[in-house]
Amino acid sequence: MNVREMRERFGLQAATGDKGLEREIRGGYCGDLLSEIMANAPQGCVWLTVQGHQNIVAVAVLREMAAVVLTGGRAPDEETVRKADQEGIPILIAAHSAYELAGRLHAAGVGNPDAA
Amino acid sequence: MTVAEHSGLRTFKADLHLHTCLSPCGDWEMSPRDLILRCREAGLELIAVCDHNSAENAAAAMRAGQRTGLAVLPGMEVCTREEVHILALFEELDQALAMQAFVYAGLPGENQPEVFGYQVVANEDNEVVSENPRLLIGATQHSLEQVVHRTHALGGLSISAHVDRPANGIINQLGFIPPDLALDGVEVSYRVPLAQARQRFPMIGARACITSSDAHFLKEIGRAATTFRMAAASLREVGRALRAEQGRGVLS
Repeated sequence: MNVREMRERFGLQAATGDKGLEREIRGGYCGDLLSEIMANAPQGCVWLTVQGHQNIVAVAVLREMAAVVLTGGRAPDEETVRKADQEGIPILIAAHSAYELAGRLHAAGVGNPDAA
Repeated sequence: MTVAEHSGLRTFKADLHLHTCLSPCGDWEMSPRDLILRCREAGLELIAVCDHNSAENAAAAMRAGQRTGLAVLPGMEVCTREEVHILALFEELDQALAMQAFVYAGLPGENQPEVFGYQVVANEDNEVVSENPRLLIGATQHSLEQVVHRTHALGGLSISAHVDRPANGIINQLGFIPPDLALDGVEVSYRVPLAQARQRFPMIGARACITSSDAHFLKEIGRAATTFRMAAASLREVGRALRAEQGRGVLS
């Protein structure tokens, strides 16, 4: 599944432009402590978080993520959106909680070869 | 006479991060009066009262400080929506109360004293004035950048608290210190000797660095303090020392 397909399938709202939407999602990761994400998030993942601070963009670039999803309907800071557009990191907004969206992504086969 | 003495500069031992009984995790023994007396015994010459998201005990501490000749700055330890703790330090009470109004406007929830602890507003004679009903232990809905910006707009100094700590320290919370964040300095906890701070936490970079006790109990007062070289025990002078202006600075 790529980022655009994820957006359409789960009804996510785009906070950033069209860059990076064709990127393939190779796994998922959840968390809000950026130091921990920097250390452990897998390459090519979609990252589910409530943290909307601009530092999430640098973390996503560092870990070469496919996309960031802000859960619980949280909106990113303005500066975050500007930086994400600059870096080509898609940021999407989900009304779901991280728990709910992660469950649905996993069931749909994201980071879960058994489901496919 | 040294150059420093000639220019009217001397050293001041300061602790710019102390809680009172207003903080839910602070003990009642930390009444503004007893806190001041203990700070005097510890040889401190300048302190700042920084309760969680509130400055309601700052006035009593300032009055108690005046009685004993200890300079007290009003401040608070604001929890931003990223759950980063930032010290907002001011010269005058009205600046701190304006900051408090800003913080309260974005601070949801009510305290449950039996769960989080009592939040006692006291006067300088150790009398209970009221209990603060707000959820002071919570996070505000203001961003880090908004808190720093408002602190500066009100004439205050903005210092990122206990950057070495896993709980609510900026490095753990946000992975690194945002390079364009207009901090006046960073603080390390008593666990890190100030002389080792930059080496152990390279992300501090060239920012001014202080250490404080972050005391919630009387016995914790004095476990860390910062020695400034400056002209007077005032916020303005702390700012000049953080910027290393005209012979001022953070010594140890």
